[in-house]
Amino acid sequence: MSAEMMLTFYRRLYPFKSIFQWLNHSPTPDSFFVRREIAFNLPGDVIIRYNSFNDHDEFKRQTCKLNPTRFEIGPVYTARPRDRKTARPGTFNPTHRELVFDIDMTDYDPIRTCCSDADICKRCWAFIAAAVRVLDTGLREQFGYVHLLWVYSGRRGIHLWISDKEAMGLTDDQRKAIVGWLTVVPKDESKRLNVRAFGSRALPASLQAALDHLAVVFTDLILEDQDCFGSTDGYEALLKLIPDARVAEALREHWASSSSSSETKWKDFKTQIKTYPKGSTARAILTEAMEDIILQYTYPRLDENVSKKRNHLLKAPFCVHPKTGRVCVPVDPEKIEEFDPEKVPTVSQLLGELDSGGDGDEHHSDWERTSLKPYVDMLDRHNAAIMGEVRNEKREAGDLSW
Amino acid sequence: MFKIEARDDPKSQVQLHELEYPHRLNFYDKPPLYDVSIEEFETSALDRLRILAEIESSRVRNRSWEETKKVTGDQCDKYLQLKSTLAVGVDRDAQRRKDHLGHFVLRLAFCRSEELRRRFVQAEMTLFKVRYETDASTEREAFLRSRDFNWVAVEQAEKEKYREQLISYQSKGDTPFENDKYYKVRWTRVPDLVDKRKVFLHGGWAYVPSRDQSSIVYDEFQARLEKAMIITSRYMPRLDEDMRIGGILDNLSQGFLAGVSGEWSASPADMNGDAIKAEMVDELANKHFPMCMRNSHQKLRMDHRLNHFGRLQYGLFLKVLGVSVEESIVFWRKSFDRINDDTFNKMYKYNIRHSYGLEGKRANYPAKNCQQILTSGGDPGCPYRHFSPENLQSALLSTYAPLGLTSNDLPELMKTVKDGHYHVACTRVFEITHGSSGVKKGEGVGGGESVTHPNQYAKRSMDLQKEAEEKVAQMMITS
Repeated sequence: MSAEMMLTFYRRLYPFKSIFQWLNHSPTPDSFFVRREIAFNLPGDVIIRYNSFNDHDEFKRQTCKLNPTRFEIGPVYTARPRDRKTARPGTFNPTHRELVFDIDMTDYDPIRTCCSDADICKRCWAFIAAAVRVLDTGLREQFGYVHLLWVYSGRRGIHLWISDKEAMGLTDDQRKAIVGWLTVVPKDESKRLNVRAFGSRALPASLQAALDHLAVVFTDLILEDQDCFGSTDGYEALLKLIPDARVAEALREHWASSSSSSETKWKDFKTQIKTYPKGSTARAILTEAMEDIILQYTYPRLDENVSKKRNHLLKAPFCVHPKTGRVCVPVDPEKIEEFDPEKVPTVSQLLGELDSGGDGDEHHSDWERTSLKPYVDMLDRHNAAIMGEVRNEKREAGDLSW
Repeated sequence: MFKIEARDDPKSQVQLHELEYPHRLNFYDKPPLYDVSIEEFETSALDRLRILAEIESSRVRNRSWEETKKVTGDQCDKYLQLKSTLAVGVDRDAQRRKDHLGHFVLRLAFCRSEELRRRFVQAEMTLFKVRYETDASTEREAFLRSRDFNWVAVEQAEKEKYREQLISYQSKGDTPFENDKYYKVRWTRVPDLVDKRKVFLHGGWAYVPSRDQSSIVYDEFQARLEKAMIITSRYMPRLDEDMRIGGILDNLSQGFLAGVSGEWSASPADMNGDAIKAEMVDELANKHFPMCMRNSHQKLRMDHRLNHFGRLQYGLFLKVLGVSVEESIVFWRKSFDRINDDTFNKMYKYNIRHSYGLEGKRANYPAKNCQQILTSGGDPGCPYRHFSPENLQSALLSTYAPLGLTSNDLPELMKTVKDGHYHVACTRVFEITHGSSGVKKGEGVGGGESVTHPNQYAKRSMDLQKEAEEKVAQMMITS
């Protein structure tokens, strides 16, 4: 990405106004925007923190002036971040911030078989898709949030920004709690899940709901597509999670003698479970283990540190990923399975579309003439919902005061 | 049984209403709006601080909840009794007033920085939890009824609707679902339950079973206190002008650094008669002195001199330990063996007599406590704070290896030191080096107390030895 390309991108394509509305929750500049930290990343790992702006024009002017490789969004503070040095010591603190989540493919490296490290293909995107389904449903149903914006991170992951009023105001402790609620897979891959209430056979309701969806994903993704238990290493990892020594040993012997697909192996496991009579404890334990394994292989893996603190910076939507050149576009969770990271527009592609698009004059919203349009429209619809709610609240509050 | 009788007794009912503070538990919503003497102001806070400091060190030492509860309960009995509403023969209102006042004074002392606020809130939370758990259930319920916690009782129909989901969060041994009551609150009010996935969540509402009701109460207590502390901190600049109070508050806010020590000034030798002779100090130092005093002693032996603060600190320590003024003069005279009598009498004798209250303003100076030593600036200071980590490690080993400290103990000690809990490290060393006298981890210098004063350390160490000797003597007699 050359500096000129980035500059043209900021001048003609980046939807500053939409981003402003999204951060601000209303059409006229409010504290959510003017007290918001924007951090610019310049070439050579330079980061300029604590920028803040009065409106979207100033935001755009400064961005074009600095021409960063990307920029990040921080919290809303008690005062304008750029005036922070004039605040009394100890009084400059973060107050609000979207609740954010980051899912990164690297956390799936121990189980995915198709790619590794920074690579991502349509096949491993299925892990992300499964995670998005579970989180999106869970956060809406369990926590009651409605303003969820999913954004492709430009390479191998996805971000979630939640702008509900309650979510904006969460303290660090509360953010930590929600992360705890959503953390299922243990850090140490060889450890078994520990999610059930003490002495209880049933999964907690939130996980039972996720399991119903993930069981299907497990068959398609883990057994068929990724064939996670095909290799010796793969099935040994599985055997470690089986809490019954007799069953594990029988399976190991069977699988060592002849190679078979993951699907067959999973069936073998089920057959082994059935050697115990219905209603027996051994069978119940193995059935539980089966559920746990499905969760372990498919449940969302979060980058916890991003979510836990209000003042964590996160890359803004519509920035360009410096390595891939792809734009971090919003993603519709309803169509997450169809999303193909390789079809996301790149800067050079968009600039090409501009050049071939006719008169060559510069307009503020040149993105309308490119394939960026549907994504900006998606953000605008999201903004309309947030602003509509804020407007209603203000009107109700106004009614009371009359 | 006692409770039932008491409730039926009309007299106690009447009394209940007459109390100025009807509940033992207090959310401290209202500040004390009455006149207090400066002395009351200070003692109520100091006594409370002793308890909070012990809670803080319990946390640092990773005491289990049961242990913390026990230690805190013991401290409360000593310094801040708070009896049940049904207690007879005690002035419950007076106890509760002291509790109330002490809390608010400490708010003033601890609102100054974010760090102090956090630690204060944490300690107060623990104290509240201990009291909540030890409160009689009828009184606790009365307290819960006395204020609005803004929870919604879940109706039977709704409970049935989510039957399966609610049951899935139940552990073995919980109240059977049919008999359990549920309360609805926003999930943000019970983050601890959400973190551990212990409640059913739906649409942002947490369905809290009655067994976890305390979580709501605790969270409410914490949230209110945090908010109040920030508001208090904004008013502080105006209050600092009051000269009488400023000094007291400064002093109090140091309390978390080293706990609150008792006053060590009276000479215990007067009471038990076995006065300490100058020539005994060498042996005592090796066996019983805390690191700081051993350090002074070694320095004195090596250099044959000690700087002014060193002499003051060590001299007062010896005085309180039970060295008489005559013996003290002998001790120092022998230690400074490179100067002649004349110089000694001119330069040092007066100071020694002065510290015993025999010259000048004739005050009975107390020995320096840990807090004073920790904040003294370092020469001689507290080894745990003022030595470099490398020096401290080798000093610990060379000093205490003969008493049972091994290099395996160092990582734990160094971590405590690194986190700034110097007196906890010192306490741990005491436990390690007195393991042979039967001191276990967590016992501290008796009853779980931490070291807050060098004399407390030495006294306890000597007492332990005496106990052991007496036991041996006893056995000799009986056998």
